[in-house]
Amino acid sequence: MERLTEIWLGIRSNKLRTFLTGFSVAWGIFMLVLLLGVGTGLQNGTRDQFKDDAINSIWVNPGQTSISYNGMQPGRKIQFHDQDFDILKAEIQGGEKFTARVDDWAGRSVTYGTKSAQYRLRGVHPEHQFVEKTIMLTGRFINEGDLLKRRKVCVIGQPVETELFGEKSSIGEWVSVGGVPFRVVGTFMDEGSEGENSTIYLPVNTMQLAYGYADKIDRVMFTIGDATLEESQAMVQQVKERMAQRHNFSLEDDRALYVRNNFEEYKRIADVLGMMNKFFWLIGILTIFAGIIGVSNIMLITVQERTREIGIRKAIGAKPLSIILMIVEEAVLITVFFGYFGLFFGVFLLELISKAIPEDGAVFTNPTVDFSTAINALIVLVVAGALSALIPAARASRIKPVEALAAD
Amino acid sequence: MGQHSLKVLKGINLKIDDGEFVSIMGSSGSGKSTLLNIIGILDTYDKGSYYIDDELIKDLSESRAATLRGQYIGFVFQSFNLISFKNALENVAMPLYYQNVRRRERNAIALDYLDKVGLKDWANHHPSEMSGGQKQRVAIARALINNPKLILADEPTGALDSVTSQEVMNLLKDINKEGRTVIIVTHEHDIAGQTSRVINVKDGLVI
Repeated sequence: MERLTEIWLGIRSNKLRTFLTGFSVAWGIFMLVLLLGVGTGLQNGTRDQFKDDAINSIWVNPGQTSISYNGMQPGRKIQFHDQDFDILKAEIQGGEKFTARVDDWAGRSVTYGTKSAQYRLRGVHPEHQFVEKTIMLTGRFINEGDLLKRRKVCVIGQPVETELFGEKSSIGEWVSVGGVPFRVVGTFMDEGSEGENSTIYLPVNTMQLAYGYADKIDRVMFTIGDATLEESQAMVQQVKERMAQRHNFSLEDDRALYVRNNFEEYKRIADVLGMMNKFFWLIGILTIFAGIIGVSNIMLITVQERTREIGIRKAIGAKPLSIILMIVEEAVLITVFFGYFGLFFGVFLLELISKAIPEDGAVFTNPTVDFSTAINALIVLVVAGALSALIPAARASRIKPVEALAAD
Repeated sequence: MGQHSLKVLKGINLKIDDGEFVSIMGSSGSGKSTLLNIIGILDTYDKGSYYIDDELIKDLSESRAATLRGQYIGFVFQSFNLISFKNALENVAMPLYYQNVRRRERNAIALDYLDKVGLKDWANHHPSEMSGGQKQRVAIARALINNPKLILADEPTGALDSVTSQEVMNLLKDINKEGRTVIIVTHEHDIAGQTSRVINVKDGLVI
């Protein structure tokens, strides 16, 4: 407090100059905050692209062979069966939640009372909920009991409930799905597309039985817990080898099996964004550096102009250290004070941008500066301030009282 | 100063006793300012020795020199050397700031000393609002606030008219009567004449 008063008196006597210097610092921080905000916006946008499905999931989709192998002609369609699911679930090391899926993209007519509409169907295992990140709104998802007893139950998307039931709750009601009655046990929403929500989930084996799929399945999906990128790649390789062996196709055949490693894709984009974020920091810090040089320059002039004052202070008992601290504190105070304004206006502008862009702004959403970034910016400010005072403070401490008092 | 050694003082043998009122006289270039700076621990010297109260003052660190200055010596300068953006009270209190005395306490002490030099009512005025005589009295109050043993005054009346000069001299005499040693550097004979001992310096020698 004592020192602050001393510094304030010094700053007050050089208002304009202090302001001009401060402005360059404020500008630097403003740019840093803006850049980091944009970086966060891009990161958030990307995360949104992935939020539909679990980031740590691997999808195994059968395709069509394109290379002749073991005497088999190319162009053979690979078909998965229940057994493929069982094998993968049993053998893939590091797999966490497994589900098979039967997809009826065209869908079937779903009727409740007098209302009827076409919705797509998916036959799944209970753990599909985690792979697709299905959010339950009411009731429950498909469970093991449903599979065990081949229950005719279904879980419907929110738009389906609204369209068929209006305001009424659908839980416990019977609907006709392509002529087969199913009881609604839950409603859900999904952060993916509209189509993801206009979907009806059925127990995989009930669906196979009801619509004549026998033991065919369309794909197998599983999550990989917190496995590393390398571990996930190893799992993909293991899946490929096992399926190639079982379905008799060449490992070189990249059309026989499509394995989508969501984690790898996420990781790749996240890495690019991480690099970009570092680049933004670099630019921001370089901008601040220009501000540091400005403050340093001003402090040098200040020291020059205050040579006599510093001499007087020394003559009446000021130690070199207290003179150094005076200069450093003054520089830090100027940088932090004006930097705070830059920070404030940067955050303010980001808020405006955030409001101006649409909610579903694809690649760019919610460009904010989080708390830790703000703290980092503040640390940068203090360090910048201290740095800018190094040379001026050293010069001030070398001032000899005799010479200072002789100078007029 | 630089690499050149400059022989300014060529053999000074001087002893000033506790409570003396001394003036140092000499023309410009005689070395009297250098002598004063050494006495005030503002400057260093190469040969010889200088003692205050039996303590050898030689090759001190800047920090130690600052401590000793704060402890033993009060300075009064020809051009007052007040800090322009501080008011009279803050100027007087400043030496105590460097002795880590708290603000409230040092301001109270400073007000006492301003009262002593007759400027209590001017406490909140800045140097630019004061006359030369008033400024010098503020400077004297500042020199006294540490309760120093020694007051060093470098041409204290050099920038003042004869009436205010006499006021300042009377103040310095009072200070001396309290038992403090006062050393004045001057080139005015009537000022020197008011002290109890006159030391004449010429070409770096005491004559």
